[in-house]
Amino acid sequence: MSQTRKFMYINRHAPYGTVYALEGLEVVLIGAAFEQDVCMAFIGDGVFQLKQGQDTTDSGMKNFSPAYRALGDYEVNRLYVERESLEERGLTEADLMPLTWEDEEDDWAEKPSIQLVSRAQLSGLLEEQDVIFNF
Amino acid sequence: MKFSVMVNEGPYTHQASDTAYHFIRAALDAGHEIFRVFFYHDGVNNGTRMTTPPQDDRHIVNRWSELGEAHDLDLVVCVAAAQRRGIADADEAKRNGKDGDNIAPGFRISGLGQLIEAGIQSDRLLVFGD
Amino acid sequence: MLHTVNKSPFDSQSLKTCLGLARSGSDILLIEDGVYGALVGTAHAAMLDQALKEVSIYALGPDLKARGLPEDRLIRGIKVVGFDGFVELASANDKVQSWL
Repeated sequence: MSQTRKFMYINRHAPYGTVYALEGLEVVLIGAAFEQDVCMAFIGDGVFQLKQGQDTTDSGMKNFSPAYRALGDYEVNRLYVERESLEERGLTEADLMPLTWEDEEDDWAEKPSIQLVSRAQLSGLLEEQDVIFNF
Repeated sequence: MKFSVMVNEGPYTHQASDTAYHFIRAALDAGHEIFRVFFYHDGVNNGTRMTTPPQDDRHIVNRWSELGEAHDLDLVVCVAAAQRRGIADADEAKRNGKDGDNIAPGFRISGLGQLIEAGIQSDRLLVFGD
Repeated sequence: MLHTVNKSPFDSQSLKTCLGLARSGSDILLIEDGVYGALVGTAHAAMLDQALKEVSIYALGPDLKARGLPEDRLIRGIKVVGFDGFVELASANDKVQSWL
């Protein structure tokens, strides 16, 4: 297993209403150990996964939003958010969790993990991948 | 060509398991190899031998077991998803203090790493789900 | 690249999302409830007519048949394939993306 493949995890579900976001994130975190070229894409309701201020105290659900903050430590540091999906939902980047990673090759400078991309850019990114998972 | 297939929904509620089954049969008929079938989310419910459908309907679980035996398929149920949904083999049942196991013949329980490995080792990975 | 869509366009954004992201020259296969998107004369037919100028669209025959949808009710240009054709599409394309 020496070859490195390009993995994209596409997230299209909102959190809590279904389990896909939570169990999808578990795949990403486990997959990080395999040292592949990994990125995530958030499309449609998937952008709601990154919404700031999730608080499940009163709903009794498991709040897994803090786990997104760990992605940078697992070298999952390219989170592509489709700009059109965000705008359709009345959100801006300021509504999303400020996720960052530390760039080892740049004196551990803290850099943002979330990148807003247009639908056209995302279309090109899809074509570059070797393996695509959809959650 | 080497295929792997991910099944994300349980039997009967959603067609995903049926579609995955027929796709795999067609791939085998065409001479392709199936590296692994990985059951995730509610898809782990395809791997319980307690399933008892009415006699006039297809038996989705037995169908997987039979196809697995006939073609030596690696049918893997995700351990984390299985624990949440009450699917256990003898080892898992013992480890979690349960009074019995329910895994169907031909299935095995293992970790998510098996899915990532399938993505790395296979020429194509197909996802069937909701 | 092969895209599969398994949702009815009357109930889900999956087909629209897929068509919005599929590159020119892509193959798109409608399966399960996705085959309802292949019907002629619907509110979504114009979207598919437009898409057919740039991508190839297929519908899974067994799923059409199960739902009582004859081939003469499909949008012109949509091709019907069986599971053998599904396997061929998955082999011929470099990867498969499932728009669930």
